[in-house]
Amino acid sequence: MLERDISETLQQQVHSAIGNGTPLKIEGGNSKAFLGRETHGEILDISAHCGIVEHDPRELVLTARSGTPLKDIEAALTEAGQMLAFEPPHYGDNATLGGTIACGLSGPRRPFCGSARDFVLGCKLINGEGEILRFGGQVIKNVAGYDVSRLMVGAYGTLGVLLEISLKVLPRPAANHTLIQECTQAEAIRKMSQLLSQPVPVDAACYHAGHCYLRLSGSEQAVKHAHEHLGGEMLEKSAPFWHTLREHHLPFFDSANPLYRVMVKPAVPPLEITGEWLLDWGGAQRWLVSDEPIALIRERVATVGGHVTQFRGGAHNGEIFQPLAAPLLVIHQRLKASFDPHGIFNQGRIYANL
Amino acid sequence: MSVSEDGLPCNHDVHEDLIRKLRKLLPPEAVLTDKEDLRPFECDGLSVYRRLPLVVALPETIAQVQAIMRLCHALQVPVVARGAGTGLSGGALPLSNGVLLSLAKFKRILHIDPENAMATLQPGVRNLAISEAAAAYGLYYAPDPSSQIACTIGGNVAENSGGVHCLKYGLTVHNILMLKVVTMEGELLTIGAETLDSPSYDLLALMTGSEGMLAVIVEVTVKLLAKPERAQVLLAAFDDVFKAGEAVGAIIAAGIIPAGLEMMDKVAIQAAEDFAHAGYPCNAEAILLCELDGTNAEVSEHVMEVREILHQSGATEVRTAVNEAERQLFWKGRKSAFPAVGRISPDYYCMDGTIPRRQLPHVLRQISLWSEEYGLPVANVFHAGDGNLHPLILFDANKDGELARTEEFGQRILQLCVEVGGSITGEHGVGMEKINQMCIQFKAAELSQFHAVKAAFDPDGLLNPGKAVPTLQRCAEFGAMHVHHGQLPHPELERF
Repeated sequence: MLERDISETLQQQVHSAIGNGTPLKIEGGNSKAFLGRETHGEILDISAHCGIVEHDPRELVLTARSGTPLKDIEAALTEAGQMLAFEPPHYGDNATLGGTIACGLSGPRRPFCGSARDFVLGCKLINGEGEILRFGGQVIKNVAGYDVSRLMVGAYGTLGVLLEISLKVLPRPAANHTLIQECTQAEAIRKMSQLLSQPVPVDAACYHAGHCYLRLSGSEQAVKHAHEHLGGEMLEKSAPFWHTLREHHLPFFDSANPLYRVMVKPAVPPLEITGEWLLDWGGAQRWLVSDEPIALIRERVATVGGHVTQFRGGAHNGEIFQPLAAPLLVIHQRLKASFDPHGIFNQGRIYANL
Repeated sequence: MSVSEDGLPCNHDVHEDLIRKLRKLLPPEAVLTDKEDLRPFECDGLSVYRRLPLVVALPETIAQVQAIMRLCHALQVPVVARGAGTGLSGGALPLSNGVLLSLAKFKRILHIDPENAMATLQPGVRNLAISEAAAAYGLYYAPDPSSQIACTIGGNVAENSGGVHCLKYGLTVHNILMLKVVTMEGELLTIGAETLDSPSYDLLALMTGSEGMLAVIVEVTVKLLAKPERAQVLLAAFDDVFKAGEAVGAIIAAGIIPAGLEMMDKVAIQAAEDFAHAGYPCNAEAILLCELDGTNAEVSEHVMEVREILHQSGATEVRTAVNEAERQLFWKGRKSAFPAVGRISPDYYCMDGTIPRRQLPHVLRQISLWSEEYGLPVANVFHAGDGNLHPLILFDANKDGELARTEEFGQRILQLCVEVGGSITGEHGVGMEKINQMCIQFKAAELSQFHAVKAAFDPDGLLNPGKAVPTLQRCAEFGAMHVHHGQLPHPELERF
């Protein structure tokens, strides 16, 4: 595996950007360029800043440079019988750890095990003054100072350049089965939401094309017993299904219409918005392919307390992410200015005025 | 303007104006100014720091909180928010020139939503009361700090509280969904959402553990979990602390994540046994408590595996709780370790460092050397699964100079935690207590970034000023400024 520390070079590039007043566009494997709003600037390429800095399986912690390919990290963890429990989507062969954390993406296991931000323990970053700073650490419990490392997750590089990230990792479950049952969307929502109050070892639940899929994970015995308890057919090829779902390789995702990510409380009944639906995260993350105007989708989703991201397709200079309430936007702008006072990092990637 | 006994500026005209206006906003019994009424608020769980506030305000609606904040903002009076006052780092220590804002009246459980496994609470709801109310639906709230019968959810969020189950179930930050907070300017903000994530910056993470520095928490929505089908606890005795440490690593290496994994050393075992009569083996040098939970089948499998690992690691005895009563008893000993130690010594000082687990033998050896050097006994209680060490230094505050020596000893322990790659605080927070140690863990540029984050929420620095993040000047005075690559940060600053 390639190991290289180019933090000084990156820091110099940030310093010259500050000096010249040139905005920067932070890039890793470029696998998630389709996400968020368009941003312009000189490219700051972090992909050469790579390598696993530390991984002691007994500590359940891995630290790697931000340009490290996600697949290298997963391979190292697999070898140690471990995993990134938030099951991050790659959306491309070159996905890096930095991009994954900056975009805050999590896969099917998220509602049961936690999200990308839940597993971040610490980070090293370059702020907008060109200073290299460390926050958090390599220990699971640490409440010294504000939780700046988690603030970086999902900030799309607008607050700083991630250099190193420490993550909590978990053992891989000994066994997993996927159960499949034919049902309607409404039945699937009820079924999945009932599971929230039952002690069953489910670690993924989705509804797709008239079927509810439940993945059971744990010890052999636990999985076997849960299967008997829940019933349903066993899906032959369990791993490929969840992989194609996570990576958006199911035919559902190949559409000329835009793809929306609709976040609601899991038990919310089917939403009456014209389009095709696929429900992941036990009903909490719903994918919608629709040609309805985004304003109308947002209005409907707001009535059940949810929010909407325009995920793929459509124009990439509008309100891709749910607009913020005015007082909250003020806090966001002040925070942005506190990390990036010269406004050089990924300007406008989340909101036009951020 | 004059200066009060604690050195804070005090302007009597402003203070009289403040109290008069507070009395207009709140009923008479909700504004306290008499010394004897202020006394219960003079300290939190860290009682070595005591100070009377100027005034205590006890609002009961969000609108009242907003009005108080607007008033204090207009008059530029500092505010310290307080929950149950069980914090262990002096985070709720009042200011003699400020308002102590008690959230004690916000006691209602607003909504339990079993379908979506969440609950909405006022900040003054006690931690344990959440699980009690959720039990009817087969649900519970996972973080369980040892003060859970008294501490409140608002304080848990402010401190990012953990508990004995956080290796598997996480800290407060992993178990909350949404907050309503009031800023120093009196603005009501909704942070996070009832959904699993919310757009843009993760202010929910930023707010959790912010020790009342960024905003006042007035409502909390938490995630509830299904109660595990079964929980089983094993107790293992060791004739050597280091063997117990090895056993912890071996359990994790076997791919098992226990719900709780706690270690106590001889001094702590003896104290806990005398106090709780949990049946602990008092001749052991260390005991491990390992709780396994999950489905019936899984727990059975893991109990067998863990027993085997414990024996292989050299345990002299391994017991499995035969029933729920015995399980509770095993835990009672551990959960009462602090008060138990309080009985065997006039005073004790509880440290809260975290370390990578592999450093445990080294750190324990060093602590025992220092214990001899200072002539102060130490009882060690350890959240072994997540590397959170609580050495309790036993001392007598009435003996001349003993508190000062205890503090020096404690400082060296925390410094050691940082040196081996850990942190000065795992769950108790920085507050007043560890403000100097922050200078060891963070560089000047990092501390400046923290100040900038605070300013984004509280530009005038009126919320809980002087806590959690030290000024650079303070670090220079403390003399522990982090030296990075042999260079002092900000060489232009005057050193004292």
